[in-house]
Amino acid sequence: MTVATAIHTAGLTKRYEETTVVDRLDLDIATGEVFGLLGPNGAGKTTTILMLLGLTEPSAGSMEVLGMDPRRHPLEVKRRVGYLPDAVGFYDNLTGRQNLRFTARLNQIEDMEHRIEGLLDEVGLGSAADRPAGEYSRGMKQRLGLADALVKDPSILILDEPTTAIDPEGVAEILDQIRSLAVEKDVTVLLSSHLLNQVQSVCDRVAIFVAGSVVAQGTPHQLAAEQVGHARVEFRFGGRADEGRRRLEAMDTVADVIHGKVPDSWIASLDIGTLPETVRDLVAEGAEVTGVRRVDEDLDAIYRRYFENKEVAV
Amino acid sequence: MTTADATTPPPMEEATVESGRGGWRVVAAKELADHLYSGRFVVLLALMGIATAAAVFAASGGIRDVAPDADGITALFLKLFTVTTDPVPFPLIIFVSFFGPLLGIMFGFDSVNGERAQGTLPRLLSQPIHRDEVILGKFVAGISVIAIMLTALVVFVAGIGIFRLGVTPSVSEVSRLLVWLVFAVVYVAFWQALSTLVSVRTTRAATSALIPVGVWLVLALFGGFIFGALADVISPDDGSAAGLVANARTEHALSQVSPITLFREGSTVLLDPEVRSTGLLTLEQIDRAIVSELNLTQSLGVIWPQMVVLVAMTAALFALAYVSFMRQEVRA
Repeated sequence: MTVATAIHTAGLTKRYEETTVVDRLDLDIATGEVFGLLGPNGAGKTTTILMLLGLTEPSAGSMEVLGMDPRRHPLEVKRRVGYLPDAVGFYDNLTGRQNLRFTARLNQIEDMEHRIEGLLDEVGLGSAADRPAGEYSRGMKQRLGLADALVKDPSILILDEPTTAIDPEGVAEILDQIRSLAVEKDVTVLLSSHLLNQVQSVCDRVAIFVAGSVVAQGTPHQLAAEQVGHARVEFRFGGRADEGRRRLEAMDTVADVIHGKVPDSWIASLDIGTLPETVRDLVAEGAEVTGVRRVDEDLDAIYRRYFENKEVAV
Repeated sequence: MTTADATTPPPMEEATVESGRGGWRVVAAKELADHLYSGRFVVLLALMGIATAAAVFAASGGIRDVAPDADGITALFLKLFTVTTDPVPFPLIIFVSFFGPLLGIMFGFDSVNGERAQGTLPRLLSQPIHRDEVILGKFVAGISVIAIMLTALVVFVAGIGIFRLGVTPSVSEVSRLLVWLVFAVVYVAFWQALSTLVSVRTTRAATSALIPVGVWLVLALFGGFIFGALADVISPDDGSAAGLVANARTEHALSQVSPITLFREGSTVLLDPEVRSTGLLTLEQIDRAIVSELNLTQSLGVIWPQMVVLVAMTAALFALAYVSFMRQEVRA
């Protein structure tokens, strides 16, 4: 029996005394989808995940994981959902392989050794498998955590901050593995992150989660498209330093000019409709425009915008 | 797998039956292996071995000295556990009453907050086992190690005793030893339950080690003083004989709060068939009493209250640890 909706929540709420950590959350994650739960630290991402796993009681609302309520069928849910916690830890005195064996026994996995061997190779820990986990680097632990979550051959994989504390190369590797899991094994992936630009490339859909509520939801592309009106555009100029800035600031259509990430580049706010006209005018005035690029199409900017709005609203 | 499974096709729907509660065994097996391979186990075993050897050599030496003159001494073998001579300051049961708590604390103080500190708790709890199986498995593993160590200790003492004294234990002595062994395991389990409770409630292993060690030291070193002072307040010694008796009885009653007292009294009665009361006996009560041995059932009758109280205290502490673990947030 396949369930079209892997994870469904309606009005899911978690309160601790005075503070509401998760506020009436509605999520629908389809089977086989890679879904990103994005938001700053303390937004309620981990609490949401713990509720989905039946490890924390919600204060209100309903949820279904693979068609089951985690409160009523915690074991069945946990048997089919692999979880990689934030800052995952292992028993330092045991080897990576022994750690996985323990998980496999708890899940009553048949043909355990074969499966563990395969997973260790898959995450690139084949050669380090028999070293104590206490000697592993942060990135190795993260990869062992991924193997650990996969031991039970899950239908859903929940990854809490899978890219934190690993070097960029490791991030690319992990994300690549996540993507291929979703595609090849049809595993539904829910991942949380506060580093939006890192994970947007692997997510089919994302929800931007700020202070316990979802402020925006959709494909990364859709969210970017919603950005009508003001846009942030990076201009690059040849020629003398500061010349570009002076010219940009002289434009009527442009506001808030700041330094870009590379030398001689400037980021300005403008109405997207006026961009062609602005570029034409700049060139007409003799500016050596060597590049024009919208920068707010990554979720980082979108998220920042929502987050800033939220702060203003508060 | 039964043959029926092989012949019938797998059910179309996912099984929704929550399977049995076998997870605690997996947890217990892992914890037991951890304990047995841990440095603290080796160190404790070595320390206990040395101390026990010293105590039992002293005791057996003492027994050999008096044995030729002491005609009719009964339960000679058990004297190995209750008698001492210079230079070892205390007999074996006192040694166990003193170091048993340390043993229990060693195997309990970081059982839950150690998982937190290592970051393994969320991962463990997200596996398909009930939450209580985690704490149950850990407790069972701790008790198993304690039982292994105490059994080894008793066998070790018995071995040396047979070698040094040339006396083999009688059936009644062996049964007394076995009952005492169970009693000692419960006593150590009390301290394990206490330290498990503290490890659920505190986040740092150092804190959770210090609190039960503090309780142990206070009860072991100042227990007599504290109960004496309390007894003086409740029923002051007014100089009369009745006042003196009342004061002593109150102190004795108060001291029953301490598991150390319970264990010492229970051990004395269990391992010395001539002891017939744990409390104060007046001269009138023992007047014309014939010195004789109690049998095991009678001895059990004498210390039944102590045994029940110790078991109840251990169970209550474990229940507290259990409940507070069940109610705790995963991220505490």
